[in-house]
Amino acid sequence: MTGRADANPATRDAAPATAAAATGEAGATSVRLFGWDAARWRWVAAAALLAAALYAPFQLIPFHVFQLTMVLVYAVALLGLNLLVGHAGQISLGHGAFFAVGAYAAAILMERWDTPYPLTLPIAAAVAFVLGLVLGVPAMRLRGLYLALVTLAIAIFLVPLLKRFEEVTGGSMGLTLAKPAPPAWSGLAEDQWIYFLVLAVAVAAFLLAGSLLRSRVGRALHAVRDNEIAAEVMGVRLSFYKTLAFAWSAMFAGAAGCVYTWVIGFVSPDSFTVNLSITLLAGLVVGGLGTMAGPVLGALFVMFVPGISQEINDAAPGVIFGLLIIAVMYVAPTGLAGLAGRLIRKIPRKE
Amino acid sequence: MAGFLQQVVEGLGAGAIYASMALALVLIYQFTGIVNFAQGELAMFSTYIAWQCVAAGLPFWAALALTLVVSFAGGMLVERLIIRPVEGAPELTIVIVTVGLFIFVNAAAGWIWTFLIKDFPNPFPQGALQLGGISVGFSTVGVLGVVALVMVLLYLLFQHTRIGLGMRAVATNPSSARLVGIRVGWTLALGWGLAATVGAVSGVLIAPLLFLEPNMMGGVLIYAFAAATLGGFDSPAGAVVGGVIVGVAETLAGAYVGFIGSDLKIGVPLMIILGVLLLRPQGLFGRAVVERA
Repeated sequence: MTGRADANPATRDAAPATAAAATGEAGATSVRLFGWDAARWRWVAAAALLAAALYAPFQLIPFHVFQLTMVLVYAVALLGLNLLVGHAGQISLGHGAFFAVGAYAAAILMERWDTPYPLTLPIAAAVAFVLGLVLGVPAMRLRGLYLALVTLAIAIFLVPLLKRFEEVTGGSMGLTLAKPAPPAWSGLAEDQWIYFLVLAVAVAAFLLAGSLLRSRVGRALHAVRDNEIAAEVMGVRLSFYKTLAFAWSAMFAGAAGCVYTWVIGFVSPDSFTVNLSITLLAGLVVGGLGTMAGPVLGALFVMFVPGISQEINDAAPGVIFGLLIIAVMYVAPTGLAGLAGRLIRKIPRKE
Repeated sequence: MAGFLQQVVEGLGAGAIYASMALALVLIYQFTGIVNFAQGELAMFSTYIAWQCVAAGLPFWAALALTLVVSFAGGMLVERLIIRPVEGAPELTIVIVTVGLFIFVNAAAGWIWTFLIKDFPNPFPQGALQLGGISVGFSTVGVLGVVALVMVLLYLLFQHTRIGLGMRAVATNPSSARLVGIRVGWTLALGWGLAATVGAVSGVLIAPLLFLEPNMMGGVLIYAFAAATLGGFDSPAGAVVGGVIVGVAETLAGAYVGFIGSDLKIGVPLMIILGVLLLRPQGLFGRAVVERA
């Protein structure tokens, strides 16, 4: 850790961690194992993870493949939320709404116009991006608190809105769609094919987000997050970057919603209540704000912890989520990913 | 015309409840600069306590008194245990902590009392007053009366007691208040306790109109946010006026704007919040804050 005096607990760990990810410099000086620096180890870990992800669907029963697919869907959504909350320091309590917009855009395209499913992804992402931009322009003129309010209100408003436009959205009954069928040449079962589709989307999303954050845009976002006034003085246009972060973040959430429709083959308003938005934020906070691994860990958390804890009591997931969020904000503002990073840095160095 | 006035009266009843919830939000905002996203859930939890007391055989008003005391203590406890450690942290951190509190309290209520809907006794008699063709339900009169009483009590507390003076001092300038010997930490806790109590009143008032269940206050909170935004987050009187306006606007929009109907009424507070923030961000009665770097 760089011994920087920063009054911001949410970013105290995040800033150096992401700086390390962005440049590889800070990591290189902090950890060196078997002659490889942290940046290289990070690539090795990512490659190993990818290899495991490619191998897994051939070893697991279809239900577990489905669960892993959903983890990837959530990971993409959390990646988007992380851009906004973790990297740009703006809050959204309504990201489930953009997820829902992506899901419905895909569903309506497939249902009404028989759009082939690969085409729904760019369109759904674009729709969510534009919506994020439109909402972002007024929303980003607001200070943090009001942004939280407005996004929460949007998430709550969306469900009755979806139910109202029955001719288009299918109302409360929702829309049922055919899932993407595996092409004959692949020799894959349906669940495996969908898994690989979603995996491809997720990898693309992570590469895109990663390169975005390494660019001047990423540095501008971090500057906005860490000190708005300093950022402005340095020539970062606050409203432009905040709005853009909001729109990108909506775009990733929309893409996640679109692949959600592929995976589930069904959309209904009650799948996208405000609880989804709050669960996404909770998952991201626990996974790790402002880190690359955070969305993945958060997605695993969102997917598996409710199912396991529900066996104790229907309310147990909420109790666990609530307590964990508060605890994480006190003791580990960068979540599980930050904790893992701290452990790695504890490993004795060979110089 | 009578139909219109009838709708206005209904709106006033709803608005009074939003006003009390908004007042709870504003109280906390004034003292700590925090918008408490868990305020509605704390009110819901208090309402469950009242329900439990009534179910255990206490008469309604005794149950209410007990609930208010417990809520006050609970609010102080929340400030001491949960909010204290993040005092002075950036908004993002504090918002996330109150959202965590929201999730926790919501789930805890579900754990203790299940997610099944419960009937909550209405403290006011059935029937209505007839005023020139408009019927005003006794429960509407009761709600308005109780909320007015809460306002008067708060006014007296803030303007005419030593504690209130200290609280105003802390809200205006914490460091100066500390220098003249006011215990700022405890005053903040007191503010949270008061807010929890006012919130409990609104929970108990609204529970007979809705059904008592853990997600009861989700919608109410949005209306209260709209009310507080409209009135100005730093103005208690504004919160009350805002609450009444939001309640009436919501009822009228639901009744007369065909497109909105009863299901899209939740869009009204959203529009109000967005409109106010774009046109007059400090609200009707709030002060515009000039920020110095």
